[in-house]
Formats: sequence, structure tokens, C-alpha cells
Amino acid sequence: MDDINAPTRRQLFETIGKAGGLVALYQSMTALGHAAETQFHGPPVLSGAKKGATVVVLGAGLAGMLAAYELAKAGYKVQILEYQTRAGGRNYTLRGGDSHTEIDGTTQQVGFAPGNYLNPGPWRIPHHHRTLLHYCKALGVALEPFIQLNHNAYIHNTDALGGKPIRYKELATDFKGHISELLGKSLNQGALDDKVTAEDKERLIDALRNWGVLDKKLSYASSLKVSGQRGYDVPPGGGVTGAPTASQIDSLHDVLDSKVWNTMSFYFTYVMQTTMFQPVGGIDMIGKAFAREVGQMITYNARVSKIAQNDQGVEITYADNSTGIVGTVKADWCVCTIPLSVLGQLDVQVSDAKVAAIKAVPYSGMVKTGLEFKRRFWEEDESIYGGHSFTDQPISLISYPNFDFFKKSPAVLLGAFASGAAGYQFAGMTPEQRIEAALAQGEKIHPQYRQEFMNGTSVAWSRVPWTLGCCAQWSEDARKQHYQNLVSMDGRVVLAGEHASYYGCWMEGAMLSSIDAITRLHKRALEA
Amino acid sequence: MNKQKFALQTALVALAVAGVSVPATADAPGAGGTQALGPETGEQVYRQICQACHMADGKGASGAGTFPALAENPRLASPVYPIIVVTRGKGGMPWFSNALSPAKVAAVITYVRTHFGNHFTTPVTEADVKKFGSPAPVIDH
Repeated sequence: MDDINAPTRRQLFETIGKAGGLVALYQSMTALGHAAETQFHGPPVLSGAKKGATVVVLGAGLAGMLAAYELAKAGYKVQILEYQTRAGGRNYTLRGGDSHTEIDGTTQQVGFAPGNYLNPGPWRIPHHHRTLLHYCKALGVALEPFIQLNHNAYIHNTDALGGKPIRYKELATDFKGHISELLGKSLNQGALDDKVTAEDKERLIDALRNWGVLDKKLSYASSLKVSGQRGYDVPPGGGVTGAPTASQIDSLHDVLDSKVWNTMSFYFTYVMQTTMFQPVGGIDMIGKAFAREVGQMITYNARVSKIAQNDQGVEITYADNSTGIVGTVKADWCVCTIPLSVLGQLDVQVSDAKVAAIKAVPYSGMVKTGLEFKRRFWEEDESIYGGHSFTDQPISLISYPNFDFFKKSPAVLLGAFASGAAGYQFAGMTPEQRIEAALAQGEKIHPQYRQEFMNGTSVAWSRVPWTLGCCAQWSEDARKQHYQNLVSMDGRVVLAGEHASYYGCWMEGAMLSSIDAITRLHKRALEA
Repeated sequence: MNKQKFALQTALVALAVAGVSVPATADAPGAGGTQALGPETGEQVYRQICQACHMADGKGASGAGTFPALAENPRLASPVYPIIVVTRGKGGMPWFSNALSPAKVAAVITYVRTHFGNHFTTPVTEADVKKFGSPAPVIDH
């Protein structure tokens, strides 16, 4: 745009924004190739609730508290029933002095030093999770980087390279180098002449030479140039002995054994791409921020047993977990965020189709184990600052703390994130067995483990009494058959939570679901 | 419903998939943890998978909801019911027809039907599982 009178893109957006509101602005940005990465169009703009209209919210997790926060702002009188003695739901952090109890009564005391913690559930926030980021900003939750991709962390595969952990940067560089050599030589030999034009062939060979760090003959071979990506045997220094020496590349066969492409591919995943964030001090800062806004609406220790409704309103029956005293709450409307694994076992007066939907979605059973060590040996000995090392052992990964770098005090890392079959295996163990398994598997990557270990704690989501699982696990068939029935407004009841979204197992899904549910509830309430 | 076709699919899926998969869009650990656990006997399958929720003594547990007891459970009298539950899932319980072969499903059901105070001694066979079981659903991404 050379014409100085032409509006800049930003001015244009501002004009559209003022004229047509946020949605129009968003649509214009999308048309121009911006911002098409979220379904969040700003917080719900609800206002003008009918005088005296009431809502009961079941569950004080993020979906429930967002609903309460926005509905109260719109003028509803809101009450929240929560099974636990704290708000936040799966948005949850364990620190020293906390204790937590599994469904069979097994209790663990957390022994971490002050400042250290484990986020047993959600722990990282993608940069495009705009709903969550919006509320963090609005409610004053400080965020810091979640390192995620660390080229200096390890890839460990029991059956590869003698079971030795290898730095991600070495294997990833070797993988693309070997692939580039094969493809470059194939192109050079004319093997793909029917697939690419002569011009593209030339450009592609150039690209492979550069991207794969190939030599003049299009071979991938050890050199200082290659070491400039995968690392050196002797890195560049100063003075007399400053000259670096090249490292030796691994063979294609060994690189294939390592399955490093799994990790490379993982970092390409939409929800796993950098930049990622975490709240300073623990993920539960988000739940606590919401609880500051809606905490006075919450009745804790309330175990819901029945959701009844007629054309006048809803009636919720619940019992106090400690006294057993049964109570009821009446309201005009109900937002129910109880996980389906629990809701499917309650007496819920909704259509048969919704009952079927509630019972159609199984829950996953992941296990996280936090291990506290006397010192940050991964930083001090191995130059690993945040991010993850991956292993094919049941622990899946070791994830390093993304804060307090260089600090001379005990630190907690995530020593197991077991899912699938490994998740059940870990959940079936005692807490002591889980720690021992995490140590036995982790020391294959970090031999310092036994020497430096202090204490640990584990959360097996299959055994969490208030969810009976981790996240809703939709199948394609269930999604087709039941999803719309699950999210539909049923009389005076609407469901919300990660299970009622296409963003399962993310806080963002719970919040987008909640915004959609209360927007429809409010519209229905105004029409009623 | 063509049971034979489904049984074949079950067997093929069981061969192809080592663990219970998680959608690519979920906050999952990534590609690690793929090393085979290798439960072989019915008891090993019970210890490595089932007891996560049904507990080591088969008695289940209760919180906001309940994991039903398998111990002294008359619903196990017919092998068809547990075969359907294990391969298809039920409520919050996932299906295990991708993680376990029909032979292992048969082995673990036989184990449970003859332990924890259950005395249903007729063994459940791989053929029973192929006949009455369901193929694993496809995870929605």
C-alpha cells in the first residue's frame, strides 16, 4: 500500500470493529487470513436476565465457574454445588503439605519443598487457546512460558542405540539428513522425473541440500557443518584450543530404530506447537482466580444424586459428604458440568436420547507422577532447561520444570505421564510401586535418579473419586450418534465441560463448551 | 449384525494396535510409552489393566460414582455379558478390544469368573469372544 491515504490494515480493522462489533471484526480478519485458529469470539455478551431468574450450576470446575461468573454478570442469581471441598475440578495442583485420597481410601501426603508442585491434570496452554488466555488476562492470572520443545532433551528407546538416551537434536538432524540424501539422490538419478517438473526438481534438490545439510555429492556425512545442527564432539571454544571437532552421525538404521519421527511429529501437532504457557505457581491459579469471583456461590461437599425438572424449573437433590444430610436446590435453570463417568450413574430427568449420550462416552485413565530431587541435575549436569525427554517405557516421558532455572534447591519433575495400557498398569499399582517404577524407568535416562531422589507423589485419574477417570474419549460412531444429543438444551438443563466439546481433555474445550451452553440457556430463558 | 465379520475385525485391530489410543487432539504424553507390557495370562491382564478401577480384590470402589464389584457378582454367570462389556465398554468404562486380543479377553474373563468368590468354572474361549464381542470403535480425532 503505497498510497498514503489508504487505510492501514490495522485502521481498517479498527473501523470495522467499531462499526460491527467483535464478531464482524473477527470475520473480516479471518477473510484476510488472520485469526482463523480459534472459535473464541470474545466472552459472551449476556445481559438483561429476567428479574429473579435463578440458575444452579453443578460442579465448580472451569466450565461451571465460567458459567456462574458470566451468568451472574448477566443478572442471574447463581448457586453452585461442588462435590469436593475445593473449587477448580481437574484444574488442580499438589504442593507440599497437601494430601490426596484415591477412591479406595489410599491417601498420599505430598512432601514437596515450598515452591515445588505437580499439576496432575492440565499443565500447558497452547497459544491459540484464546478463551483460556482471555480469562487468565481478565482475572489476573500471571503466565510464563512452558518450554515444550527442547532440542537438548533426550529420546530413549529401549531397543535402539544400545538403550542409550540420545539428544533430540542429534536424532532429528540425522533423520532429516538421511531422508534428504535418499530423496536428493533419487531425484538426481531421475527416479522421480514423472512426479516433478525439471524446474521444481532443481529447486527441491537445492532445498534438500540446505535443509538436510548434505555435501556436494548430496550425501549426509559427519562434518563441522552437520555438527552445527546436531552438536559437536568438541564444541567451539576460545584461544589456543578453540577449534571444534565434528560429531559422528548415527546410521539411518539406528535413527530408524529410535523412532525419533514420533517426537518430531508430536511437535508439529496443532495443540503442541510452541509458544505454550503455564500459570506461575501452578495450574490451579486459574481455578483460584475464578473462585475469587464466584466462591461465595459455592456449596462444597455436595454430592448430587438427582436432577429433576418440569416446565416450572429444576430441583437438584444432594447429600452433604460429611454429615450425610440431604438437601435440595430449586432453580429456573441448570448448567450441569458433572463428568459423564459420574453423571451416567445419577438419576437425571432428561430425554432418553440424552441419557443414552451421557452413557456413551468412556473416560481415559492417565497417571502422572511427580518426583522431587535434591538438585537440578538435568540442568547442572546435562544442560536441559524445561521441555520433555521421551521414552518408549510406560512412563512415556520425563518433563522438566519450566521455572526457577538455576536455583540451588530441590526441584520436582514429572517422572511419569502414563496413558493407554500403561496408564492402567500404573493406576493398578500402590503409590509406592508407582514411584519405584518411575525411578526404575527414569534412571535409564538419568543415572543420577537414585542418588538425588527425595520423595514423590502420583495421581491415577482412574482412581480419582470425583471423576472416575481423566477425560471423555469420544469414538467416531459415538460422536455421530450422540454428540448433538449430549449438548442440546433439554428442557431446563444444559450440559457443559470438556466432554461437551470437540476439544476434549483441554481446559479450552471446557470453557468453549460452557460459553456455548450459557449463551443458549440465556436465549431460552429470555424467550420463556 | 454380522458377528463373524466383526470378530475378524476385532482380531485384526487387536493385532494392529498395542495400546488404548488417545485422540491426537487431546493433551496426551506423545509417542512414548509404546513398549509392550506383555500381559499373557488372565491374571496378568487383570493386574495390569482391570484392577486400575475394579481394585486388586475385585471389590470395586465408590466416590462420586461407583466402580462395580466383580467379586461375587452373579452377572458373570453368563460369559456373554462380560464379553460385551470388555469389548464394547460400558458407561465410563472404555472398550478393550483394541488393547487385548480375543484370547486375552477370554483369559481374563475366565480368571475373574473363577476368582474373587466367583465359581463359574466353564472356561470362556477365544471363539466365544469372537462370537459375542465387538470390534474396537475408532477414536474421534
